[in-house]
Amino acid sequence: MNEYTYPIIFGVIVGTIARMLMLRTDYRQYPTYLHGKVIHLSLGFIAAALGAVAVPAIMEMEFTAVTFLTVAATQFREVRNMERNTLSEVDEFELVPRGKTYIEGIAISFESRNYLVIVTAFIGTLLYIVLNIYIALAGAIICLIVNKALMSGSTIKDIVNIDYHELHFEGAGLYVDNIYIMNIGLPERQKEIMKYGMGFVLTPKNMNVITTIGNLGQRQAILHDVSVSLGVVRDSGTPALTPLIKRDLDDGRIGVFILPQLREKQKAIEVIGAVPVLENAIRMPSESKSHSKEKH
Amino acid sequence: MMIEKAILAVVTTNKTKVGGGAPIFYCNDADESAKVAANLEAITDGIAHSLSNEMYIIVKH
Repeated sequence: MNEYTYPIIFGVIVGTIARMLMLRTDYRQYPTYLHGKVIHLSLGFIAAALGAVAVPAIMEMEFTAVTFLTVAATQFREVRNMERNTLSEVDEFELVPRGKTYIEGIAISFESRNYLVIVTAFIGTLLYIVLNIYIALAGAIICLIVNKALMSGSTIKDIVNIDYHELHFEGAGLYVDNIYIMNIGLPERQKEIMKYGMGFVLTPKNMNVITTIGNLGQRQAILHDVSVSLGVVRDSGTPALTPLIKRDLDDGRIGVFILPQLREKQKAIEVIGAVPVLENAIRMPSESKSHSKEKH
Repeated sequence: MMIEKAILAVVTTNKTKVGGGAPIFYCNDADESAKVAANLEAITDGIAHSLSNEMYIIVKH
């Protein structure tokens, strides 16, 4: 026991709590129950320990000791690889795959959350040593709140308007509103699609969004999440029953064709709206210099 | 072996309109061709697309 024992324990506990709070298992069922969680809680504990120990190292003028944070960085990049590999392997057997962009987004967030844990533990320990436990507690709580804010990105409903549209056929072509989805040849299959299918049109709210929702990974993410939440009427060997999203080249609206098991318009609109906007799909053409030149 | 984006079969009632590499199934009427196309769709894991009233192609996507 020395003067640093309690601050380090405090930092580790706060960091681990931060990881627990950031580890949600929701409709995506990822990380999987129990085993997946154990892995991430353990890694969160390690991250918290690293963050907490860094402060006494600096206080004792052991500056070289801080280099072990680079080891931590390597370690957590490995977490990202692990997540990416697992999800890619599993994705092949999904009825409606997540898609690479979604997987990458999940992997990135797992890595970044470990860094947030390090920062939280670091700040907790630092405040404890420099000031006192009460201020450290307050600081830790602020960190937890900031973490919560950092981990929640925007969702689809923030960037588009979602409208329900009846599916219809023109000849063999399936349409949502005026957006062509695909050619379904067999009359029997057409009947099935009219019976089980639903169509939605997502209208972008501004020009930045057009590129974002045009992104194939973002579109696949929408289809995946909808299929998870509302079920999907398809099986292996029925490629004609595939949910699809196509784009109106004129104005960048996208037509969503889904085959949900639960056919409730309002619920479907809510589910589509709750799909996260993938970090990797976000583009900001309005931030480009050539655009701002035009304005002035 | 995975085949992607290929026409696996052609189902038609009009012999004069088709020819070439893919297996061709001639049928007597629209009903028969729809049935054959549905069967082929299930067997090949492809999608039956219709090019005109008298012709289906089974495509692997």
